[in-house]
Amino acid sequence: MHSLPLEIVLEAVANGLLTGAVYGLVALGLTLVYGVLHIINFAHGALLTMAMYAAWVAWSAFGLDPYVAILPLVPIFFAVGYLLQRFVIMPASQGDDSNILLVTLGLSIVLENAMLAIFRSDTLSVQVPYAMEVIEAGPMLLSFPRVVGFGVTLAVAVVLFLVLTRTDTGRAMRAVAKERTGAALVGIDVRHVYAVTFAIGCACLAISACLLLPSFYVNPRVGNAFVLVAFTIVVLGGMGSVPGALLGGLFIGVVESLSGLYLGDSLGQLGIFVIFILVLLFRPTGLFGARA
Amino acid sequence: MKDRQLALILGFAAVAALVPFFVTAGTWLNFAVFTLILCLAAQGWNILGGYGGQYSFGHAAFFGTTAYLTAVLQSRYGINPYAAFAIGIAAAAAVGWVIGFLSFRSGLKGSYFALVTLAFAEVFRVVANASDITGGAAGTLIKLDVRPENFQFASRGTFFWVVLAMVVLAMLLTRALERSRLGAQMVAVRENEDAARALGVDALQVKLSAIALSAAITGAAGGLYAQYFLYLDATIAYGTWISVEALLAPIVGGAGTVFGPVVGSIVLHSLSEFTKSLVGRIPGIDLVIFGIMLILVVRFPPRNIPGLIRRWRSGR
Repeated sequence: MHSLPLEIVLEAVANGLLTGAVYGLVALGLTLVYGVLHIINFAHGALLTMAMYAAWVAWSAFGLDPYVAILPLVPIFFAVGYLLQRFVIMPASQGDDSNILLVTLGLSIVLENAMLAIFRSDTLSVQVPYAMEVIEAGPMLLSFPRVVGFGVTLAVAVVLFLVLTRTDTGRAMRAVAKERTGAALVGIDVRHVYAVTFAIGCACLAISACLLLPSFYVNPRVGNAFVLVAFTIVVLGGMGSVPGALLGGLFIGVVESLSGLYLGDSLGQLGIFVIFILVLLFRPTGLFGARA
Repeated sequence: MKDRQLALILGFAAVAALVPFFVTAGTWLNFAVFTLILCLAAQGWNILGGYGGQYSFGHAAFFGTTAYLTAVLQSRYGINPYAAFAIGIAAAAAVGWVIGFLSFRSGLKGSYFALVTLAFAEVFRVVANASDITGGAAGTLIKLDVRPENFQFASRGTFFWVVLAMVVLAMLLTRALERSRLGAQMVAVRENEDAARALGVDALQVKLSAIALSAAITGAAGGLYAQYFLYLDATIAYGTWISVEALLAPIVGGAGTVFGPVVGSIVLHSLSEFTKSLVGRIPGIDLVIFGIMLILVVRFPPRNIPGLIRRWRSGR
């Protein structure tokens, strides 16, 4: 390894933490769906791509700043998620694990290629005045969109925590996650809770998309890049664990940033996959305990 | 009954072998060769996924390994293409065995197995895209040198017959597997692993045999791809597209049957050509159709086309 000046390494760690927070937000939706529905949603990446295109359209057609676009996109994606779970995934899966695997895979193929058919394979991005702005924090220069992403992610995590612990819907979700039959027996509409959980996962994706867009680009395959990262985070943090997803996100952000620094961009992704495989093989319950 | 299966295989071989006599347009023959290559990849997936019940999302790892070895061994080291092809197939089987050993020994199944295979294929893709020996992002070319002893043929028809022979061979192999002890053990492990073990089936060994055989067949498809198109890059060889192609056809056509992958790939690719002729060459439109087909066959069990036809005919 080359020896790099400490400031550069520190800056890479800080930027990794900032990016990692948004990764954590992407993973949050995935882990929530796993925790409550016990399904691995292979369409998560494609749904993120869809949300990023939606944010791009909001900017290019209506002139909405991506951060402002959060307001209309969250309810839209909540509805999309609810309908998808209620009318596509649930009827097709019939409770069978391999069916869910195949249905969500089919969904991701349809969504990803529909994006390709509509927007073609060109890489699109938004031009906002603050995209390149930096914030000075001591000796470090931090990218402004990433700092915003970090802040919003923390806020979303707090809101989600409150929803899960303080509201009836949240309590119902936790009840269904723990004991589905028992929850149904005490009068909880399990199918509704499933759909709401999936909808919250999609709403998290809409926020992630709006946070990513100012500093990132969108093309039909962009979700794939995130989905394996999100899977890694979810497995690392413990399937179904909300704090695990956030911590895992931060950790993966730093790993990616440092391996990019030391190995170069093309091999930088490798660090994540290797961690993913190792965790799956040796610690499939995650590093940060089993579940929330 | 069983002889009817053999007769069907041979009948398919005979009818398909006539294709190059009637289809002379280059694009259509190209389409036929491409469909058959993907069919072979799907036949490989069918062994592990259909009979063994282990759904891999990363068969690209095997496809790409044979493809790259076939290409790189001949273009860089001057090894005879047939030998390179054979080495590539053996290597794919070895890669399959190792991935299988790591994941099955850790008890990964269902979604976890799908995820880990996906991740392995992605690792291969990233490495192939970054290393010099594979030509990196620029890719690898096989030098055009049309001689039969060089595994390159003057007419597309000859290559079609070579690929067809491999597909028929894979069908016969699947048929033999179906009637063998190993095949029965694979089905037993698929249906109920604990019960199979209680009856003395070495589940790990059975799954390892399944994945090695599966990887070899899908690998062979990769080698044929390289040899036909004479060009490879990391996205072709190790991309998710081939993992998806390999699992779609058996699921749509009927997983765990001899004809499933063949029916599936012919139906899917004919459908995609038909769609393209209707709406024009919009990128991605064929895969949208594939995805919808996948959701539909899973939605309406028995989850495959023959099952749907049977259900429709019985008027339900």
